[in-house]
Amino acid sequence: MSFDVPSDLYYLESHEWIDPETGRVGISEFAQDELGDVVFVELPGVGDELEGGDEFGVVESIKAVSDIYAPVSGEVTAVNDALEDQPELVNDDPFGDGWLVELDFDDADLDDLLDADEYADQIA
Amino acid sequence: MALRTPPLYGRHDDRGAQFTEFGGWEMPVEFDSIRTEHAAVRESAGVFDVSHMGEIEVGGPDAEELTQRLTTNDVAALDPGDAQYSAIVDDDGVMLDDTVVYRLPDGDDADYLFVPNAGHDEQMYDRWTDYRDEHDLTATVDNVTTEYGMVAVQGPDAPGLVAARADDSVLDLGRFEAEYADVAGVECWVANTGYTGEDGFEVVFPADGAGAVWDAFANDCQPCGLGARDTLRLEVGLLLSGQDFHPEENPRTPYEAGIGFVVDLDTEFVGRDALAAQRQAGVEQAFVGFVLDERGVPRHGYEIRKDGDTVGEVTSGTMSPTLDEPIGLGYVDAAHADDDTSVEVVVRGTGKRATITPTPFIDQ
Repeated sequence: MSFDVPSDLYYLESHEWIDPETGRVGISEFAQDELGDVVFVELPGVGDELEGGDEFGVVESIKAVSDIYAPVSGEVTAVNDALEDQPELVNDDPFGDGWLVELDFDDADLDDLLDADEYADQIA
Repeated sequence: MALRTPPLYGRHDDRGAQFTEFGGWEMPVEFDSIRTEHAAVRESAGVFDVSHMGEIEVGGPDAEELTQRLTTNDVAALDPGDAQYSAIVDDDGVMLDDTVVYRLPDGDDADYLFVPNAGHDEQMYDRWTDYRDEHDLTATVDNVTTEYGMVAVQGPDAPGLVAARADDSVLDLGRFEAEYADVAGVECWVANTGYTGEDGFEVVFPADGAGAVWDAFANDCQPCGLGARDTLRLEVGLLLSGQDFHPEENPRTPYEAGIGFVVDLDTEFVGRDALAAQRQAGVEQAFVGFVLDERGVPRHGYEIRKDGDTVGEVTSGTMSPTLDEPIGLGYVDAAHADDDTSVEVVVRGTGKRATITPTPFIDQ
């Protein structure tokens, strides 16, 4: 099975993505498939400062608890409140409606991340 | 140590299953999704490969005495074709494992078949043979775990599915009764037992017939992995050996674990005196179900608090696929074990409100 890896996003080895245009962060299609049915997402609040590489929340599926890591440092400017009642959006649309948070971040930090080709190689 | 693999490993791999290590075995955890598999068993039927379960046969003139002495329930009460849920305890009454004991038909090579949990078969084989030798009993004990495969066909449609492939006579089996029947040309031991809270059967067969038996069911109902097996058993409050009790990490007696009904103090067995004493004195902690009243998922090892004090620990928890509510099982001090008691479950440092709730959590 092959997984979608949108070319306009940047990735962490731990399967988080960030959209450089919007600052949105989520987990990859590969990651949600590994986790299985997502049933609970724990996220920071708007205004919280995240440190790149540090865990900032938790995605829980029926079978596993998984920490999620910040791709870059930055301030949380939005949180996907829809996940409170519909955590399954992370499974159904991991690069779209299943996003987790939005960050205000420094573009220079993107250099440390994997591009789509590098991430696709990692999960191949 | 290399993981043991079930005879059906290749079929599961071809079907795209995800695997997990469980009790020293590499077993399918998920074929499609836990939700899909769980719903199939509650609404129609699903088939599980449970070949990680052990099989030990006991025969000979002292087979009954040997098995009676090493299990808590009354083996002598079993007629041929009967099955019995039981516990295997040490001298202190602490559970080493739980098991189902079958009395095999007259004329079989062995008199009893019992099914230890995954990874316990060698320990139980040693336990039976050591006790036999120490007490000069005449009995054969054979660990046939790798010679047999086992599937569970569970769900409201399971009896019809099994009857169509075996024999209509299986529909006459009461709960905890078993018989031999031919499935897809393979002689199987078909038992009206299960671990899901639904109607259904567990089917034991020689390992070389595994593919034929599996295909006979998996082509017509949902293949299910250990993930759904866990959520299904949790919704009906059934114990998982090694997780809800463990002889070293979480030593519990059958009374503490809520299965006092498998202890027959009128029989002679290892651990009887300790259990008789506990029955008199009562238990300090009790095994309970609870529902989390806030968002979150209870997990094994989480603390249970009452008014700021630790009063227990979660042993199993999940988001119930049927109820769409977080549910859990665990031990709490007897003073706080009554239904409807409010407690807190500590999830990553935060206490979340929970209510002690009778099991099964779902209507059966």
